[in-house]
Amino acid sequence: MKSLLVLEGVSHRFGGVLALDRIDLALGEGEIVGLIGPNGAGKTTLVNVVSGVHRPSAGSIVFDGKRIDGLRPDRIACQGLARTFQIVQPFPRLSVAENVAAAALFAGAAGSIPEARHAALEHLEFCGLLPQADKPASSLTLAGRKRLELAKSLALRPKLLFLDEVNAGLNQSEVDHALELIRAIAKRGITIVLIEHLMKVVMKASTRVVVLHHGQLIADGTPAQVVADPQVVEAYLGRSYAAEQFAQVWA
Amino acid sequence: MNTRLITGLLVAVAAVLALMFTADNYVLRLATTVGMYAALAWAWNLIGGYAGYPSFATAAFFGLGAYAAGVFQSFGLPFALAWPLAGLLVAAFAGMLGRAILHLRGHYFAIASLVIADVLRELTNVWTDVTGGGMGLNLPLLSLGGVDGQTQFYFLAMLLMAALALLISWWVDRSRLGVALRCIEQNEDAAQVIGIDTRSSKVAVFMLSGLVAGATGAVYASWVTYIDPTDVYDVSLSVKPIVMALIGGVGTLMGPLVGAFVFLGLEELLWRNVLEFHAGLLGLLVVALVLFLPGGVRDLRRYNVWNGLIRLAPWKRRTT
Repeated sequence: MKSLLVLEGVSHRFGGVLALDRIDLALGEGEIVGLIGPNGAGKTTLVNVVSGVHRPSAGSIVFDGKRIDGLRPDRIACQGLARTFQIVQPFPRLSVAENVAAAALFAGAAGSIPEARHAALEHLEFCGLLPQADKPASSLTLAGRKRLELAKSLALRPKLLFLDEVNAGLNQSEVDHALELIRAIAKRGITIVLIEHLMKVVMKASTRVVVLHHGQLIADGTPAQVVADPQVVEAYLGRSYAAEQFAQVWA
Repeated sequence: MNTRLITGLLVAVAAVLALMFTADNYVLRLATTVGMYAALAWAWNLIGGYAGYPSFATAAFFGLGAYAAGVFQSFGLPFALAWPLAGLLVAAFAGMLGRAILHLRGHYFAIASLVIADVLRELTNVWTDVTGGGMGLNLPLLSLGGVDGQTQFYFLAMLLMAALALLISWWVDRSRLGVALRCIEQNEDAAQVIGIDTRSSKVAVFMLSGLVAGATGAVYASWVTYIDPTDVYDVSLSVKPIVMALIGGVGTLMGPLVGAFVFLGLEELLWRNVLEFHAGLLGLLVVALVLFLPGGVRDLRRYNVWNGLIRLAPWKRRTT
């Protein structure tokens, strides 16, 4: 499998806090990778460093054969690395369609504003937001805004998509709907990194799980392997959850 | 849409011709001021409205444009060359300034942009050999057929500046740059994540703003034939365009024009009568606008004035 994103010895420091500690990680094309870890483990910092919001204090990041560490976020987005925000970030006074069209117009490389709008409507249909296309983005529900984030990221025509807690705050049926969407996105050949607190989602959707703890990668493997890893159990899952998962996996 | 545009243009041209040949010099002078105000309000609206960066650099651009044109003409350049050159010089200056201060956000940017006019004023004061320092600078009088000819000429010249400002705003309003700026105005971090080169977009529109304000300053210098540092770098030249844009609607295409008319009307009717306190009234007006009409005069539709009066009536009090 060809590696799409390779991190080598990536560290990031906030003053005296080492938020990321020498991370080595390679993501292959077509994977759905679950990135989990307790609060403050460095998950969002990792996304911020990869997407260019923070410049890594040390290490190198290669995306699609090119070094991207130290590039501005807009340059990285234009190369096909998209991310959603944990706290959704729509343009509130643009319509839903205009939000997505703006994404298509810049990193999505649409040739003109009408072309961008056309592309936007396709992505909105894919994400089930077409009926709301002409409403202001600020009028959407939380679940709607999360789907808008997805539609915006898709409009960037990414090769790799970081989904930072797209399921947080959603109810069960909304989560199921989001999961279907994520699988459908993966089928288009887009590599996905799922940052999640909901273990059920991670276990169901991921082909591979990596675990961050205190800024270090402590486990990397299939969902079943990771759940069985004693370090992961100690740091994150807790013994009773692990036992439950074991029962399910081996039943 | 196209018929509306053509009708608008025809009405504008008819109004201009009617003014030129029927109005007396006082009215023509007022109309020239409207043109200047509209150009400056449009210039501010580019950076302050579309990009959402509260710039107080309009006076700096205006003054630099006035002085650049004045100095060029004192070296023997004709006005027709001096005006556009001054505009371009100010645009280049705005480009460098933008690279230095447009990474600041909100109040920080406002303060940084506010001091630029003061710095330029001091530099102009000190550089006596070229600028005349505090004594000011006299510009060549154009021989254009007496007082009436002069008035008509500068009326047209200022309208040309307003037209230039409108044309640039119209282009920005519907271009990729306009989309980028609206995204930056609403959420700059998210704008960057969807691939918008935020810095270049902001610097580009700041340069356009500088071009318009600088060229307008250049025309103003020739119009009044004498400029001095306190006059052309006056902070009110930064504040007034903001008030006009607020009146007409920030970030809209025609808002600045509406604002320029309303503002000049207020200035003529009200402030000439309360000379002592007109700066205070300006402040009160800004506060009232921001509090009650954040979208400008078009927000008046939202207030049903008659119902409001009834609600305030004493016999209706304490009923709820």
